[in-house]
Amino acid sequence: MPEILKKYGKIKETLDYASTDVKSTGITVIQVGSATCENAAGAEAVKFEFQKLINASGRDNIVIKQTGCTGRCSQEPIVGVFAPDNFPVKYKQVTVDKVAEIFQSHVLGGTPVVSLMLDKNTNIIYDHIITFCETNYEKRPDHLDLSELFQERLEHHNISNERVRVLKGGNIGLSRFEDDDQHAIMIVFPENVIYRYETIDEMDEIIKDHIIDKSISQKHLIHTEKLTEEYMKFYGDVSFFNKQSRITLRNCGIIDPENITDYIHAQGYKALALILEKNDPEWIITEILESGLRGRGGGGFPVGAKWRNTRTLKQDPIKYVICNADEGDPGAFMDRSALEGDPFSIIEGMTIGAFSMGASKGYLYIRAEYPLAIARIENAIKIAREYGFLGKNILGSGFDFDLEIRLGAGAFVCGEETALIHSIEGLRGQPRIRPPYPSLSGLWGHPTCINNVETWANIPPIIIYGAEWFNRIGTAGSKGTKVFALAGKVKNTGLIEVPMGTTLREVIFDIGGGVFGDNQFKAVQTGGPSGGCIPEHLIDTPIDYESLKEVGSMMGSGGMIVLDHTDCMVQTARFFLEFTQDESCGKCLPCREGTLRMLEILERITSGHAVMADLDKLYRLGNMIKKTSLCGLGQSAPNPVLSAIENFREEFEIHIKEHRCPTQKCSKLISYHVIADKCTGCTLCARRCPVLCITGGRKQVHEIIQSQCIKCGECFNVCKFDAIQKI
Amino acid sequence: MCTNKKYTLSDEIVDYINECLVKEHPESYLIAILHKVQGIYGFLSEIHLDEVAHLLQVPTANVYGVATFYHYFRLKPRGQFAISVCMGTACFVKGADSVLTSFKSELGIDMGETTSDGLFSLEGTRCIGVCALAPVVTINDRVYSNVVSQQVSQILNEIKAAERV
Repeated sequence: MPEILKKYGKIKETLDYASTDVKSTGITVIQVGSATCENAAGAEAVKFEFQKLINASGRDNIVIKQTGCTGRCSQEPIVGVFAPDNFPVKYKQVTVDKVAEIFQSHVLGGTPVVSLMLDKNTNIIYDHIITFCETNYEKRPDHLDLSELFQERLEHHNISNERVRVLKGGNIGLSRFEDDDQHAIMIVFPENVIYRYETIDEMDEIIKDHIIDKSISQKHLIHTEKLTEEYMKFYGDVSFFNKQSRITLRNCGIIDPENITDYIHAQGYKALALILEKNDPEWIITEILESGLRGRGGGGFPVGAKWRNTRTLKQDPIKYVICNADEGDPGAFMDRSALEGDPFSIIEGMTIGAFSMGASKGYLYIRAEYPLAIARIENAIKIAREYGFLGKNILGSGFDFDLEIRLGAGAFVCGEETALIHSIEGLRGQPRIRPPYPSLSGLWGHPTCINNVETWANIPPIIIYGAEWFNRIGTAGSKGTKVFALAGKVKNTGLIEVPMGTTLREVIFDIGGGVFGDNQFKAVQTGGPSGGCIPEHLIDTPIDYESLKEVGSMMGSGGMIVLDHTDCMVQTARFFLEFTQDESCGKCLPCREGTLRMLEILERITSGHAVMADLDKLYRLGNMIKKTSLCGLGQSAPNPVLSAIENFREEFEIHIKEHRCPTQKCSKLISYHVIADKCTGCTLCARRCPVLCITGGRKQVHEIIQSQCIKCGECFNVCKFDAIQKI
Repeated sequence: MCTNKKYTLSDEIVDYINECLVKEHPESYLIAILHKVQGIYGFLSEIHLDEVAHLLQVPTANVYGVATFYHYFRLKPRGQFAISVCMGTACFVKGADSVLTSFKSELGIDMGETTSDGLFSLEGTRCIGVCALAPVVTINDRVYSNVVSQQVSQILNEIKAAERV
């Protein structure tokens, strides 16, 4: 059937692509983020405002395009402006009142508003920005730092650094595709061209052609259709982004997630056409197995092995594939972002998987808390069916596959695969003992393959670029990249994607920009309620499945919460345990009763009623629950507490022995007092006190009756004169 | 199936359940049906649960079991404005606690309660995945980001003022 690729090509040709490659069309594109987080930050109003201005201007060569979340959450709403002959400019925190300025000055006037630009520390508008892909230096025999060398060559040619800015790009991912490792790759903005070179002479030629003569250096130009190219063209000049390697999130923030045209032009459905053309399910599984891809839901089971089991363990005409989008970790949002930003790639990944395993039906199990993600996936399924990428006889191959959405209803345990299956079946989401594993007996007793969102999204690039390419990214045991939701006390909160093996320090300090404010880094929590806290002295731990386990945490689904010195580790441990205790499904005793007893002990510690023996009891109990619980939830529930005890034992001891919380976070161990000198007698605190325990009338110094105080902290929060102190 | 029996459930839901009945594994649509019921009525009343059980031909005990197992389902009505304070990790670290305390003291109600005028109800919600803008609060469908406890009275006053118009 050599017809399939042809058919795919024809579909691609018929699509009218509104490219962000504005040079050819002369159209200015205004790109506005559209995702739950962007909308929370006010993106919808911003989009509306731009539309009003476009209408008022009467211009028909300005268009608005929506896109998913880029992951730069703390700077949202983000607006991109692609004007002909200019850099693609990204603006940060664009509120409605800033729209007019951007529109007047940049869109109409051609002058970018530097003060509002994302990550711009200077007022210089450069002629060129050059970003290097740095991945290969260590493999060069001379170990030359090519970006530094390039800088030297620029100086040699008397080109000032106010004209050209040189950026180190970390792992751009471009050169990963090349076979030899001796060369360097760079992208030059705003022309968006990619050059490849090996020697100093070649560098000089590029400088001469491109920067001095202002023409494209044809000899060194490489024409590619590479995975991260579109992404790098847009974000490569911003250091938050160019240190990342985007595979899963390759299209997030680039394409319009509601438009299949955008997706297909970003190589969408190419992988599906390829495998249908090849018509060899075994080949796909071998490819996935050799790529070394492991499940991104947290467990890290080899994906290819799971697929092979589902394909071969049982001869059954009915098989299912499931996408686990029940992102329950309270502090993780990468699945939401991928579903909202690039829904087609998940559907494509599932379709490929289904073909290889012989499944004709798939389910997407999505949390009900993600309404926009659900809407985007619904829309994508509908469009994919219309274009023949889903449904009967996909692309004329004779392969049938269709998808159905099932909503979760707020049960963390449903992230466990057997519980998830029960939930799809319309039952209470309680897990069961494995084996049999779902690959043998899953949904309604049929072989079922469950992978999470991120895993599915990795499939199309592996098919297009091959197992060998994927295998070269990451560490010996953990291949590829991992997406993390960086949140908590970190400057650049957001979504990031880095190659496995990147250290926690690089993620938090280089990409995350370090701890918020002047506070001191204390620990980083990975893996959510199943993971643990990693203290400062272990911050150079590389991110991979095994290393994180060794330091008492786990990869988990990708939540990464940064804690600073004002955070109480006992309180944090209690927070997670409270969560898992509440989420325990109640089926097995160790988890149901054990977590409750652990929580009681933690409550004694945080209220100053514990004795030292409690700490050992807590530790023993935690280990027992780990060993004896039925499912992953119970087996990992004690992790946050155990790792906190192991790494911050001293803090627990202070709570127990001195009845004191060093960070003043445990409300039962603190008390509030009025500072008489500062109190003006405004009565605000007295009026707001929920238990009316503050005395003193107007213009009188107030006093808190300690015996009645419930330590809610409301007086402390509302006082405008800092006259309440916490002790 | 008794088609002539009168149901208090809307026709839309009854039709939807009938659609599910002709599909494969009809009982697996129970959660989807409960979502629809809650979407229209705001909560799952006992009579509605009975009717769903009857229509879908699933024991009421199972329906009740499912409705009580999942946090998303409510068995009690909530206020016109449902305030949900996110209880995720990022929000916790960034001070969701004190925001919640402010809502409690401003409204004079505890978690899971509704004000006597039926205007506001207060609850904690599972992480809504807007962690980078923590702490977040949702009031019906609107998301408020980077909320500090000092803002709470202003937020409530705005809603009250809009209601009076």
